[in-house]
Amino acid sequence: MQVTSETFEDLRTDFPVLERKVRDGKDLVYFDNAATTQKPNQVIDAITNYYRNHNSNIHRAVHALAEESTEAFEMTRDKVAKFLNIQDRQEIVFVKGTTEAINLVAYAWGRENVNEGDIVVTTEYEHHSNIVPWQLLTQEKKAKLKYIDIDENGELILDQLDEYLETGKVKLVTFSHMSNVLGTITNTQQIISKCKNAGVKTLVDGAQSVPHMKVNLSTLDCDFFAFSAHKMLGPTGVGVLWAKKEILEKMQPFLGGGDMIREVHKYETTWNDLPYKFEAGTPNIADVIGFATAIEYLEKIGMENIRNHEVELTKYALEKMTKIKGITLYGTKDMERRGGVISFNFNDVHPHDVATIIDKEGVAIRSGHHCAQVLMEKLNVAATNRASFYIYNTKEEVDKLISSLEKVAKVFKL
Amino acid sequence: MSGDPIYTEMIIEYSRNPSNYGKLENPQVIRHDSNPLCGDSIDLYLNIDDKKITDVRFDGKGCAICMACSSVLTEMIKGKDLDYVKNFEKDELLSELGLEHLIKTSPVRIKCALLSLKALKYGIYSYFAEKMDDVESAGNLKDEAANLY
Repeated sequence: MQVTSETFEDLRTDFPVLERKVRDGKDLVYFDNAATTQKPNQVIDAITNYYRNHNSNIHRAVHALAEESTEAFEMTRDKVAKFLNIQDRQEIVFVKGTTEAINLVAYAWGRENVNEGDIVVTTEYEHHSNIVPWQLLTQEKKAKLKYIDIDENGELILDQLDEYLETGKVKLVTFSHMSNVLGTITNTQQIISKCKNAGVKTLVDGAQSVPHMKVNLSTLDCDFFAFSAHKMLGPTGVGVLWAKKEILEKMQPFLGGGDMIREVHKYETTWNDLPYKFEAGTPNIADVIGFATAIEYLEKIGMENIRNHEVELTKYALEKMTKIKGITLYGTKDMERRGGVISFNFNDVHPHDVATIIDKEGVAIRSGHHCAQVLMEKLNVAATNRASFYIYNTKEEVDKLISSLEKVAKVFKL
Repeated sequence: MSGDPIYTEMIIEYSRNPSNYGKLENPQVIRHDSNPLCGDSIDLYLNIDDKKITDVRFDGKGCAICMACSSVLTEMIKGKDLDYVKNFEKDELLSELGLEHLIKTSPVRIKCALLSLKALKYGIYSYFAEKMDDVESAGNLKDEAANLY
């Protein structure tokens, strides 16, 4: 399909929530996409269609509805495989979201493979979900958790990784593909190749990358990869853990119960094949099916086009925001190295006050620590404001953000 | 902007120049509290002598609402008896700054307004329990702090 800037403008009509008014009749400007994106009619319809016409449990019964539901559910797995260039569909495990995926690895792989004195390496710009599971694991195992720090551009200092790897004690390096606060795109390939040379496993948190750029897991060649559907037009409550088959096969299950079982006897159980060994209990069938439609929607536009659209918006916004007196912008200026996320502070005004005042103009941004308190400490701020873009955002909306900041200046007499 | 229901002159003024801001040397009570979802984070310091708050300070980082309410709260309790502080109600604090409406209009921002009061109630709870052996008052204060918002 031919994609132009009008394409992005036109697709706004697919998103019913963008038509609504907020705060006494203001147009909604939704800039909190790094937290969750809005859903197009196509996804909403796929979910209601499932409940209206097909609803059934999957993988067991032989009746018509069960067969249809199973087929639609499993078709999503194939869609994910094609979307991320995964060769083996058995390597795709459906979970609740990125957080559950990382916890699954920490629990089922980490407990078997991380021992006293070992090191797990994470980074200063991780989301809490890629810090806390490793704190729990390393504390339990008397292992150590180490951080790769960031430099003044918000990029990881990879020399530190070399130092950690030289100890020979590192079992896993776990990091986000793109920072949810700074928007920094991690030098993923370099980290993975360093780790491979040292025989160390890698986990990539793709929650902020998969929705916004083309990701090819075959060439990336990490060991674990996690992301969430709801940050890419899909429903909440669906995520994916991808891991190499030989690793998944050796791992013990995470949760015990239906679907992950082959045979249960009184005192022993044998596990189902991959990926079902890790999908205990009735999964989130309707939302997994809805997720397939979200992937179709994104594929139709094309991930390269989406990335270009966001780069253009971010450039435009950064250019305008740089000119505002008293603004502090975080992260690199190099658009090759960052995604459509802008964290900023405005004079001495606390981000919650900024967000409250511009919310009255209909502009929805995030304010707070973005579940990244380790990074906030490093930046020496209590919180930041964050505007994050997606396919339906426009330059006119960026202009509204800029003019709403003028209101903040007025209220705070800046 | 006149008529803003939250950002009044008084609140902006307090956020720029908070009252009783800073630390106390060797206070009888130090209480830290924070709002995990929005990042306001304060420490409250109390000197207590003969059941009276002889001095009070706070420091930390927070939004304008948090800074203003912490300032006003410290002004209101300085030099007061512990009994006054024990019975002090959130409405007294909110009305001082015209923020009573937050209870209904903004369940998110009410947390910013009441953080210092929560720290105060928890702080004197431990004082009642440990220094005064008044288990009943301590229990009530703890419940009140836990259910403030």
